[in-house]
Amino acid sequence: MPITAPDEIIKDKVLAIQEYSLLAGEAIANLFRRPRYVSDMLMQADFIGVGSLPIVMLTGLSIGAVLALQTSSTLQQFGSISLTGQLVSFSMIKEIGPVLTSLMLAGRAATGMASELGSMKVTEQIDAMRALGTDPVKKLVTPRVISTVIMLFFLSILSDLMGLFGGFIVAVTLLGLSTRQYWTSTYQQLQFADVFQGLCKPFFFGFIIATVGCYYGFSTKGGTQGVGRATTQAMVASSVLILIVDFFITRLLIGVFGR
Amino acid sequence: MPEIATSNGFPTAAEAVLEFKEVELGFGQHLVLRGVSFRLHRGETKILFGVAGSGKSVLLKLALGLLKPDAGTIIVLGKEVSSMPEQELFELRRKIGMVFQESALFDSLTVEENVAFRLIEEHAPANEIRERVTEALRFVELEHTLQKFPSELSGGMRRRVAIARAIVNKPEIILYDSPTGGLDPITSTTIVELLIKQRDVYQTSALMVTHRLQDGFTMATHCYDQQKGQMVPTKGSGTNTNTTFLILRDGRVIFDGTGQDLAANTDEYIREYIS
Repeated sequence: MPITAPDEIIKDKVLAIQEYSLLAGEAIANLFRRPRYVSDMLMQADFIGVGSLPIVMLTGLSIGAVLALQTSSTLQQFGSISLTGQLVSFSMIKEIGPVLTSLMLAGRAATGMASELGSMKVTEQIDAMRALGTDPVKKLVTPRVISTVIMLFFLSILSDLMGLFGGFIVAVTLLGLSTRQYWTSTYQQLQFADVFQGLCKPFFFGFIIATVGCYYGFSTKGGTQGVGRATTQAMVASSVLILIVDFFITRLLIGVFGR
Repeated sequence: MPEIATSNGFPTAAEAVLEFKEVELGFGQHLVLRGVSFRLHRGETKILFGVAGSGKSVLLKLALGLLKPDAGTIIVLGKEVSSMPEQELFELRRKIGMVFQESALFDSLTVEENVAFRLIEEHAPANEIRERVTEALRFVELEHTLQKFPSELSGGMRRRVAIARAIVNKPEIILYDSPTGGLDPITSTTIVELLIKQRDVYQTSALMVTHRLQDGFTMATHCYDQQKGQMVPTKGSGTNTNTTFLILRDGRVIFDGTGQDLAANTDEYIREYIS
């Protein structure tokens, strides 16, 4: 295997960032250009949104239940077991709901996009599309970006609700809390800033999932092996980017809202 | 008085629909094209020969603006594609048909949707789309495959669907990238017959890349008889005057002329290549 010079590696990375930025910028610019591929958008929304429902709901339910279970022993030490609902709702709505849903979607949608577009790239279908006078970014990337952003928003809400419900089952059946006690504590302390924080994150994460998935699909080289590589890279890169961006958005919003 | 004699034997009075001027292109340290110049006139079919890796397919991608040259100028239908932004190129490409080496059909779409792709993008009325798709598929004798997916077709049928997709909106230029590559001799002859039919019925300018000499020579020595519905040997001089040849070697044009010029050429490499 040939050894690549460090300056070549750096050049490649800078080039990749440049190409990704151009693709992301073009995808945004296409929002204001015609034609708009509504049917493609709906098809992607079905695949990304409806197709991801079971896994997202199951994840939310499980995490909510586990959160309630894990925190109960600590809360019990301080005699604050009644705050279980509050803890679950804060954690799920502000952080775990959107982040975990995004990571699940990165595993399902970003990899799907990378493999689908990657296969199209290595079989010259992307070139064929350009040759037929159609902008592949407009036709393939922009509908995926719009669908992912919108569907992730709703999936995150569903995941939050399922998390709260999971916490509720544990609180009532295992921790001995009453239904009223649990639900009152879940929404009592919740403020606009908390909900806003949880609801604005999916927009950023959805954009990352779609653009990273499409970028790796478009830059696929080397046949079927290349498609496999692009799929893995899309999963890793989108997950890492989601976690990094999550930190900065959280810091920014805490700075803005003070909580 | 119009000029009649040129380097490639085609009358210069005919308008050039595609022109390469001193085009150079390299990938990394490897220079693929080194100052390639030629003209494709309206109604002309140019057969592009060259060994594997001589830059034939790259040349077609340059003509479509899918790749940009490092140096030189490419003029397609009066517009310089080498410096044209991608958004403007999409408009121009609608006047050009391209048949890719491996067909490049959209595998998630049916044959009908593949052929209709360009028309759907242009928002043509549904009945017009149906009519033109059927006409294009009838031309390649595949009108019974409308609802099939590319994976359900043989290699030769896929190639024919790709031709139907390229001609559906009656382009001014067609670019064929090894249309018979990887096919058996009988299927290859069927494809070549289709190309001859396209050339003689619609008089479309075409640039055809191939490494199969017999395909090029069949194109030059045959014409399509519409009454018989098949290709027949050309009468008179024996060669089709609208069909010319271009040979690439190490990224350079070493021959550009008619079949007769090619047969009479004394260059050692060319003699060996065509023998």
